[in-house]
Amino acid sequence: MKKIFKNTLAAYLFLLPALVLLVVFTLYPMIRGITLSFYHFNMIQTTDAGLPAPPVFIGLDNYKGIFGDPLFFMALRNSLLYLLIVPVIQIGALVIAVLLNRKAPGVYFMRTAMYLPVITSIVIVGIAWKWLFVSDGLLNFFLVDKLHLLSEPVGWLTDRRIALFSVMLVTLWQGLGYYMVLYLSGLQAISPEHLDAAKIDGANHFDIFTKIMIPLIRPTIMLCVIISCLGALKVFGEIYVMTGGGPENSTLTMVYYIFVKGFNDFQMGYASALGVVFAFILGIVSYINFKFFREGGLQYY
Amino acid sequence: MREDSNTTDDTEVRKIRYAWKILFYLALAVIGVFALVPFVWLLSTSLKSAGNVFRLESLTDLIPKPLTLSNYIQIWKQIPMMTRFFLNSFIICFFGVFFQVLISALAGYPLARMEFPGKKLIMVTMVATLLLPVEANLVVNFITIRAMHLYNTYAAVLLPGLVSVFGIFLMRQSFLVIPKDLDDAARIDGASEWAIWRHVLMPLCGPSTAVLTIFSFVAFWNTFMWPLIVLKNESMYPLTVGLSYMANMFSSDFRLVAAGCLLAMIPVVILFLFNQRYFVQGIQGIGK
Repeated sequence: MKKIFKNTLAAYLFLLPALVLLVVFTLYPMIRGITLSFYHFNMIQTTDAGLPAPPVFIGLDNYKGIFGDPLFFMALRNSLLYLLIVPVIQIGALVIAVLLNRKAPGVYFMRTAMYLPVITSIVIVGIAWKWLFVSDGLLNFFLVDKLHLLSEPVGWLTDRRIALFSVMLVTLWQGLGYYMVLYLSGLQAISPEHLDAAKIDGANHFDIFTKIMIPLIRPTIMLCVIISCLGALKVFGEIYVMTGGGPENSTLTMVYYIFVKGFNDFQMGYASALGVVFAFILGIVSYINFKFFREGGLQYY
Repeated sequence: MREDSNTTDDTEVRKIRYAWKILFYLALAVIGVFALVPFVWLLSTSLKSAGNVFRLESLTDLIPKPLTLSNYIQIWKQIPMMTRFFLNSFIICFFGVFFQVLISALAGYPLARMEFPGKKLIMVTMVATLLLPVEANLVVNFITIRAMHLYNTYAAVLLPGLVSVFGIFLMRQSFLVIPKDLDDAARIDGASEWAIWRHVLMPLCGPSTAVLTIFSFVAFWNTFMWPLIVLKNESMYPLTVGLSYMANMFSSDFRLVAAGCLLAMIPVVILFLFNQRYFVQGIQGIGK
């Protein structure tokens, strides 16, 4: 008995720092976030005595506010639109992984080049792309002056119909290498016998890719899709650095809106309610993903 | 690459193979340009001395004429805060990595090699937290940091990010594969759990510790949103926040900002180039 107690004590001592931090900065905020969402709490508001104004219970008013808030729907729409990058990024990363899954001169260099954006801070990425996107920047120079694909410069970040897609391109650019590495390790786990057998049976490259490789790396695909859906819904840095949510809120996304409400307007109750709604939306998207993959949305036979 | 060669003669096969090779390298070139153009642009701009950095007449304008390193010297003079930004980033990284690795290694040990009540609950809870967005916790963590009187301190930047569930499970995984006989032998010799962790097991966890150290370094070096929220004074900014601040303040002098961006990339790029193996292992670890 004494030994068990001693053992348990030792185990919890090892876990203590992790548990304390997890409780204070992850579990507590979840619960407190929900309760705070029923309060009006403006952190910079002060009472007549000059003290910070305490939170005031207002029931469901924050949620009522959210569902009547056009900016919330704008942010929601933009965040959901952002999910469009998921199939593009996954197909792109998979194709690049297949291309680079061989021994040939230049392949090693390319893998490194693809991963460089992943380890670069989003701030630097955002600054560089912001400059590529300006009206007399490199992108317009290429498309207008060099390739003559466009007749006049495009306002990549200043045209409200295009800005969101421009920012999406940056997220895509930064993410490709990450998923490429995941797919590469999935592809390398496929035994060569599978592929050889298929070749002997006369399968062409396309058949090998769709009928053998893709089904075998399905778990990797599922993981990547889930991670990139969450990533797409959580974008912040790109928006902050490149557009600040503009023009005319056309690049306002969920996390950026939480940031604005919480840390520009200091409406902590309202921002908490937005956080709860946001967590809920992420839950739904993850649930749909699990459901889709379990029921064999990607099954090929 | 084996083409079906029964019907076609040798030269035909060679032609097809050649065509595939050209296509392959064409594809690589396109992808490579796409991946590297922003970096090339930053580098080119940072080496230019004057004139409009945007207006290009031809592609050769990307090659700076005259080529100069003066921006890399000027930046320290014109933006004295740059030294501070670097220092702040290094401080945040050093403590962040140290404590994240330590906490992960400590927590991973009992989860891998000890049986105790509550173990399962703890592990399930940890995995569950991975599904919830950190972004939903920002508001409450900000209030907590204010209440702890830590606003505008390094501790504020560090504390919420010190526990990494990924790190804990990575370390747990590496403890799991070490044979149990080792600690049993040490236990018979009278070693304490602490001594076993410190002197028997940790020395065998080198590779996982390296993977975690590198990932943690990149994460803390690049962390942006949270320091942006909890830091007020410029003198506390890490490079990420500092650069975004500079890009707004010094928007006219692109050359300096570009030089700053490249300088800020150097530590992570060096770390990456010399440890690519660990990066790949770490990402694969996420898939497990």
